[in-house]
Amino acid sequence: MDTPLIEFKNVTKRFNGKTILDKVDMAIYANQVTTIIGKSGTGKSVLLKHIAGLLTPEEGEIFLNGRPLGEMKKNGEWDGYRKNISYMFQGNALFDSMTVFDNVALPLRQTTRLKKKEITEKVMMRIDQTELSEVVGKYPAELSGGMQKRVALARALVTDPDIVLFDEPTTGQDLVRRNVILSMIAHYKKKLGFTAVLISHDIPDVLFISDRIILLWEGKVAFQGNYEDALQLKHPMIDEFLQSLEGFRDELTGLLSKQMFTSRYAMTFGADQEGIAGTAILFSVNFNLLVESLGHQAAVDVVKTLGEHINEYMGAIGGFSTRQRTGQIITILPHISVEDAQQTIGDLAKKLQEKALPSIESVIQARTKIDTCIEIYVSAGITEARISDDIEKILDNARSAQQIIAQYRCAREEFE
Amino acid sequence: MARSIYLNLLFFFNFIGKYTMDIINHLGAAIIFFSLGFVRIFRAKQWHEIVKQVYYIGATSTSIVVVVGLFTGMVLGLQLYYTLIKFGSEGVVGAAISLSIIRELGPVLAAIMITARAGSAMTAEIGIQRISEQIDALYTMRIDPVKYLISPRIAAAIISFPILTAFFDLVGIIGGWLTAVLLLGVNEGAYFYRAMSSLAMVDIQGGFIKSIVFAVIVSTICCYQGYFTHLRTDSHGSKSVSVSTTSAVVLSCVTILISDYVVTTFLM
Repeated sequence: MDTPLIEFKNVTKRFNGKTILDKVDMAIYANQVTTIIGKSGTGKSVLLKHIAGLLTPEEGEIFLNGRPLGEMKKNGEWDGYRKNISYMFQGNALFDSMTVFDNVALPLRQTTRLKKKEITEKVMMRIDQTELSEVVGKYPAELSGGMQKRVALARALVTDPDIVLFDEPTTGQDLVRRNVILSMIAHYKKKLGFTAVLISHDIPDVLFISDRIILLWEGKVAFQGNYEDALQLKHPMIDEFLQSLEGFRDELTGLLSKQMFTSRYAMTFGADQEGIAGTAILFSVNFNLLVESLGHQAAVDVVKTLGEHINEYMGAIGGFSTRQRTGQIITILPHISVEDAQQTIGDLAKKLQEKALPSIESVIQARTKIDTCIEIYVSAGITEARISDDIEKILDNARSAQQIIAQYRCAREEFE
Repeated sequence: MARSIYLNLLFFFNFIGKYTMDIINHLGAAIIFFSLGFVRIFRAKQWHEIVKQVYYIGATSTSIVVVVGLFTGMVLGLQLYYTLIKFGSEGVVGAAISLSIIRELGPVLAAIMITARAGSAMTAEIGIQRISEQIDALYTMRIDPVKYLISPRIAAAIISFPILTAFFDLVGIIGGWLTAVLLLGVNEGAYFYRAMSSLAMVDIQGGFIKSIVFAVIVSTICCYQGYFTHLRTDSHGSKSVSVSTTSAVVLSCVTILISDYVVTTFLM
């Protein structure tokens, strides 16, 4: 693997004699979304504050691209490091006596030599991207919790940082808003190319956007790696933690949680040791295009509606599904052949076009109040699922077989 | 018995020693805090924030200073008239009012009024910014919190205190004129002649030196209490902000009076 962007080696931190971080070793890689999970009081925020330079370790060292932070000169490298970091606080930390515009403009006004016009342009660009144009002159107290989060996000991104630290960005949000914020983080991470480090309790939602997970347990790193590795690693600590946080269902779509899906998959195919055990279908929507054209809220609405319909339709014939990524859903149809599954997909596609997609348009238009042309594409890839295949292989096969099964453009329905 | 006395004495000296060390620690920290804040007044991009703070500390405190100055002058006029008339010296009431206001009452009462109005607000505002992580947010945005929050307030206090003191002095003398001349019939010419002839430049300078000293004391104590509100051990969260605000006002007022004595000793 590459050299980590940020690496903790034996980092220990104590407050009033109490050890909060206990010889923490962990790595954060560039251009990834790394999520730090763990129960309350396990030192997640403390860990994040060490990365931001708000706290310094009592023992151990933190490295940036292999260079110890402690050896960096204050006005040279250290300043350069801090310049490239943004921090989105759990409570937003917005200045309540400043308007939305002034809050977002503050770091540019204070730390750059940009002219007033350039600052206004940059700030308005971020404000537009975070869908805050209508509240630009309002004060934080006049905004909803979700809007305040977006202001904090806009402020964190206005300086074009390389590393953005998010301290529980979705806490206290309803499930749709939670997914909207996470979708925004994933979207801007992809668009602006920063490295994101998140703290979140919102499992499974946060896992859809995470490349890497770090589990903190009583001040120590219990696991670091991707989610699939975490599930395979049979560690009582991880089981206990995931079961305590991840419910049976994905709240947004009503589909199974990833962990339940994996358990169900193993259970269903465990008895059928040979031959084809069933069919896997990978559904996708044009999520990024929807985000670009209609915003994050509308894109999450589409995933929500699609998930609900897939759950209803596939569940009725014995299938079980889970959200794979933000805009991807995988369904397993046990003991159903590919040919039968294709017939089923045809029926579902018809149902999607006749019922689901038109209903999405009315929901989006009611929410956005924009009379714009909505384009939604639903793709599906069908593949055989054998007991010998792991989920990743099945996903790869399904992904390569994907084609558009239903599409919707404005009020005109088409069917393939 | 002897052991009990010994333990009580030990406890007493332990308490005194700890208390003294705490005071010395805070005093040292406050001096460093002021020095850092003062040096940063002269950094770039400070003008706008200083003007904002001068408006808040200075301009919006004018009304309260004027009202207090007026009634202080009026009550002085009454008290001094009835005292001096016993010695047949009511003609010097103008001199007594102007000297006592310009040398002592003007700087002290104006400073106490500004502490009550703007100093408490400084502590509360900075304290809330501290507990809501706004100060940490400034740090993560590479904005020096001392430069952004403290320096403009120190600069604004140093600018505003002498101006408000001058207002207080002027209105106080007018207040004395209202009661002594208009109400009690002291000769107007004698009032103003005595007031002006008894005043020397050194009295006015002394008053302004005091007001600058008080500005430094009030702004440092109020900002310090707010900035370090999260380090309080006697309270947490919003309660710590309220305790810090109370401490800031009480400490400022006490320190104003103590330093007034010290400065007066040097000026006399």
